[in-house]
Amino acid sequence: MDTDTGPDPCSSVFICGFSDVGWMAMAGWLDRLWVPAIAKGMALTLRHLLRSWFGRGPVTIRYPEERHEMPDGFRGEHYLKVDEQGRIQCVACFLCATACPAECITIEAAPAPWDEREKYPAVFDIDMLVCIYCGMCEEACPCDAIALSPKAYTCQTSREAAVYHRDQLVANYPAERGAAPVSVAPVRVGDHV
Amino acid sequence: MADPIADMLKEPAPDEAGTPCPPGGGGIVMASADWLINWSRRSSLWSMTFGIACCAIEMMAAAASRYDWDRYGIIPRGSPRQSDLMIVAGTVTAKMAPVVRRLFEQMAEPRYVIAMGACTIGGGPYAKWGYHVVKGVDKVIPVDVYVPGCPPRPEALLEGILRLQEKIKATRGTLKGTLLNP
Repeated sequence: MDTDTGPDPCSSVFICGFSDVGWMAMAGWLDRLWVPAIAKGMALTLRHLLRSWFGRGPVTIRYPEERHEMPDGFRGEHYLKVDEQGRIQCVACFLCATACPAECITIEAAPAPWDEREKYPAVFDIDMLVCIYCGMCEEACPCDAIALSPKAYTCQTSREAAVYHRDQLVANYPAERGAAPVSVAPVRVGDHV
Repeated sequence: MADPIADMLKEPAPDEAGTPCPPGGGGIVMASADWLINWSRRSSLWSMTFGIACCAIEMMAAAASRYDWDRYGIIPRGSPRQSDLMIVAGTVTAKMAPVVRRLFEQMAEPRYVIAMGACTIGGGPYAKWGYHVVKGVDKVIPVDVYVPGCPPRPEALLEGILRLQEKIKATRGTLKGTLLNP
């Protein structure tokens, strides 16, 4: 008889994959029942349940009231450092703005009112929404003037509020890392031209 | 410590959350209706279960037992028809943008959008060279709350949800223009 039955059903990937029971042949009948595996899993679940009832309590952090302590090295919002005389350390070299992969830093340089350096930032804006908190600005900075604080980022309902200006960034200094910074002198519009 | 529930139920001062309060009018009945509607809307923000990229991992973490956003009444739903809240978690590519728009349009009003993560907000690391990335999901759909970070921590997302709840609480004049308050 010469009947065409089409492709051999056993050759299909699905059937062959299903019939691959090599590991099952090796496993004992107890394993093939799946009962020990299920019991093991349920025991784990039960252990966690009992622990949360009688042991260490629920794992949930009740966020607005309880907050997770950020570890050292956590990269949150930026701050600009100031020296002992309260002068901003940034020399407006644009290295952070160049290194930034998200291009969220806007700097406008102005002649510094102090003798020992040439420039300082008249405008230093960071768009916190565009920033990816990678810390490359911190690495690029030759004056150690910008750093990322462990302060977790704050949410915004508008784009404008998320652009942090220079004095906001100075005020963003995490207080636990030292004395509060002194605000720099305000710059008049057109100072840098 | 202030009671958060009491704070939440308190009548907000105008512009407290930074959102404009449209004049409601209609007196005490409409004010009570506003209060009730806002309370029910902000207490059961059902979110849509979808994540586009890596931010979705943090979104899942916020939903799991450690951060547990069920506490805010947020339950992930599988259908846009049942959802109030869309959390755009991840890079919106030019190919994905029409889909996001369509999902948003399938949601019933009132609908809210949280843009989560730097890519969603403004392109993030793709801001400069990303030829394939929409530079901000707010070019496609209106966004209520921006949650910055790359990716944001679960706390940041929960903070964003609290911000959204504040924003809903400040809404006035929901029934304006209906039969009850023409």
